[in-house]
Amino acid sequence: MNVVQKLFGFHGGVKPNYNKEASTRLPIAAAPAPTRLVIPLHQSIGGPPRPLVKAGDRVLKGQRIGDADGDVSSAVHASTSGTVIGVEMRLMPHTSGLSAMCVVIEPDGRDEWVERKPFDFRAATPTATRDYLRDAGVVGLGGAVFPSHLKLNAGKQGRLDTLVLNGAECEPFITCDDVLMRERADPLLRGAAIMREMLEASRVLVGIEDNKPEAIAALEAAAKRANDASIQIVAVPTRYPAGGAKQLIRALTGIEVPHGERSTDYGVQCFNVGTAYAIYEAIELGQPLISRIVTVAGNVGQARNYQVLFGTSMRDLVALCSPLPDTDRIIMGGPMMGFRMPSDDVPVVKATNCVLVGSQKLFPPPPPEMPCIRCGECAKVCPADLQPFEMYWFARARIFGKAQEYHLFDCIECGCCAYVCPSRIPLVDYYRFAKSEIWAREVEKEAADEARDRYEFRLLREEREKQEKAAKLAAKTAAGREKAAAALAEAEKPARTPEEEAKHALIAAALERAKAQKDQVHPENTGNLTPEQQAEIAAIEARRAEIREQAKPHLRQDD
Amino acid sequence: MNNSPYFLQPASVQSVMLRVLLALIPGIAVYVWFFGAAILVQIALASVTALLAEAAMLKLRGKPVMMFLADGSALVTAWLIALTFPPIAPWWLTVVGVLAAIVIAKHLYGGLGQNPFNPAMVAFALMIVAYPSLMSQWPAVGFTEFLPQWQAIFGPRQLDAITMATPLDALRTALHTADARATVAGVLGSSASFGNIGGKGWEWVAAGYCVGGIYLLQQRIITWHMPAAFLATLFVISGGFALYDPTRFVGPSFHLFTGGAMLGAFFIVTDPVSGCTTPRGKLIFAAGIGLLTWIIRTFGAYPDGIAFAVLLMNIAAPLIDMNTQPPVFGHKRKAGGRP
Ligand code: SF4
Ligand code: SF4
Repeated sequence: MNVVQKLFGFHGGVKPNYNKEASTRLPIAAAPAPTRLVIPLHQSIGGPPRPLVKAGDRVLKGQRIGDADGDVSSAVHASTSGTVIGVEMRLMPHTSGLSAMCVVIEPDGRDEWVERKPFDFRAATPTATRDYLRDAGVVGLGGAVFPSHLKLNAGKQGRLDTLVLNGAECEPFITCDDVLMRERADPLLRGAAIMREMLEASRVLVGIEDNKPEAIAALEAAAKRANDASIQIVAVPTRYPAGGAKQLIRALTGIEVPHGERSTDYGVQCFNVGTAYAIYEAIELGQPLISRIVTVAGNVGQARNYQVLFGTSMRDLVALCSPLPDTDRIIMGGPMMGFRMPSDDVPVVKATNCVLVGSQKLFPPPPPEMPCIRCGECAKVCPADLQPFEMYWFARARIFGKAQEYHLFDCIECGCCAYVCPSRIPLVDYYRFAKSEIWAREVEKEAADEARDRYEFRLLREEREKQEKAAKLAAKTAAGREKAAAALAEAEKPARTPEEEAKHALIAAALERAKAQKDQVHPENTGNLTPEQQAEIAAIEARRAEIREQAKPHLRQDD
Repeated sequence: MNNSPYFLQPASVQSVMLRVLLALIPGIAVYVWFFGAAILVQIALASVTALLAEAAMLKLRGKPVMMFLADGSALVTAWLIALTFPPIAPWWLTVVGVLAAIVIAKHLYGGLGQNPFNPAMVAFALMIVAYPSLMSQWPAVGFTEFLPQWQAIFGPRQLDAITMATPLDALRTALHTADARATVAGVLGSSASFGNIGGKGWEWVAAGYCVGGIYLLQQRIITWHMPAAFLATLFVISGGFALYDPTRFVGPSFHLFTGGAMLGAFFIVTDPVSGCTTPRGKLIFAAGIGLLTWIIRTFGAYPDGIAFAVLLMNIAAPLIDMNTQPPVFGHKRKAGGRP
């Protein structure tokens, strides 16, 4: 365990004021169950789960209320026992201010569990274990809420080298992983061991920023107790965004996973430490994911970490920490990447690692934006090695293609560039804008493309038909000439015998049949085309494939 | 209401520019020590002109005047113009130079951050082409008396007593004119304008700029790439030629500590707006300026080559940037990752 792990680091990064002390002074407390739980059905990446309950149903704690929709989805459960009072549209914890389907539960105060039994994953097939985890609603708890069962799959090349557990927690203010590691180190490592077995990984590296000495000590002690030599606790230098999955993988293993590729193809898989704990609970305790640790910090009297039932209103949660009177906003996540909530009456969900209470004083509005002076500060700190000012320039000028050429989609929206920009340009806003514009255009283009394809095919078909007609016409005139000639000859020769007529008809019928068959074999009208026409169709297909490739959903697999 | 990040580092264009001005102060102090207070008059003159021109242009362009005026960028341009012009240049020369920089080179191209050419160097180049003799009258070392300097600036001008050819000028005229028979050693020994390593007095001013440059490096306002590439190129090429023929080519220490080399290395070549931004691009850009500077100094018709070298490389900067984009995360190795 005390093997010195070589560190590789990553380019860029910033050192904002971390503000983590306030919320780590007190241990984790359980937030009381509120009078209403509003549990969104769609809490993970992938398809929205189908509701399994309706108004009036009584549900138990841990009872599944939303069923995963296909494999790329994750189930949702009742966080406590009570009565369903509605399945309805409610405001989501999302900047957009959109609503989505939620199960509203009135708790009965009895907190009565469904039957829980541990899952013997060693006896089960890997597929069965993954299905079990999907139905237990386990998703990445680092904020990206990617369904964990999809990631617990050894890579294409079979065995995985390294399982990385992300305990870096680099965002200012957030300490939920820190306190989890301090207080629940043993079960956390048991979860890690389960994951390692499922992935057949040879080692586990737990990366923790070195500003969390207590967490590092706790995990080291737990690793010693577990007597598992494959687990190494590694302190990484404190520098935002060390907790970005790609940055941490790079810092720990030296491997850079390019945008759009799976880390498993490089022999690494990365999970948040909270996810490891959730897997422990699901497998060893038989408990689905119904609550999580949430940091409440910022403009509050007493910052603290709470174990919060999903569906609890952020307003109720914040009230536990006595928010200061000048509070003017609630942010989900940290100050670098968090999102402002449309209201404080939105539920805590699986993605909620922190509820950050803000005020004008704490987060003053930025001074007016100045022009970019090309100082290059942003490029110096960009952990994705991008040239942020170039992307900004093109995003602003709406030359999106160029922005993409400067690798817009490699941007992880970490905010380092905007953090250092002396011209106070809200750079990340420009990237978000450009990305959404490009997505919108691609969707449009996809539709337009289909229409254009249809149009182009029609042109091709018409062209072909024209050629056929011409050919027929030519044949006809040729035939006509022949006929005339034949008629002339006929006049001189004896008339055709009936047998000959019948033979002719037979041949014609056979030819007709053969033609019909041929048409059946090539139903897409691309059968008898000239090479040029075929090349053209290939070009159209290639163009479409390229667009489809670009439009591939930019899912974040990061944890 | 703004979006994340909600936290910003307390940095601003203003603080960057103020630190650049601060970094110029050691060099200016030495300047005053050796050549008198005239340079302070020029700096004041240039600053006032720049601020007035900036304000007028902002107003004309319908931009918030106070916000942009406070950014300090006009002052940096003004100071650099004052420091590259002769300190005893007539007042209108400085004023016209500053106007050219602010009105033409900066605002007609779109203002802060948009100018493809270094404004101070545009001013220098325009003025030296238009008024070559006025731009070549430099004070002799030791004439620090204020009154004649003041008169040189505001008239009536009586220059004979206080000017002399700059070391670069003296060398070039002596070595590279048609019937040049002189040798480097001969020229260096013959004139009072040569000091121990560079031009007399100027070498210490250059050292002052160097101190300021190190401060800028320490403050991370500039990176090492440009000063290093510029100075190294100048050093290597002048050193190479001096080794090849020491009688005709003067050595590197002279080049580095004469004229605008040090000021250029840390304050002019490093102008971010008109220069390259990628690390490799910065090296190429600054090396190009170093090379061109040496060529123009050695064979050209003007006393110092930095201004033209900078402007020429400004033209090339976008092209260099385009071709030196650093690989992005995960795309460094073809195989895509494993070190
Ligand atoms: S940090 Fe801001 S001003 Fe500097 S280059 Fe980047 S975008 Fe431009
Ligand atoms: S937000 Fe994007 S461009 Fe800016 S530093 Fe982060 S990765 Fe780089």
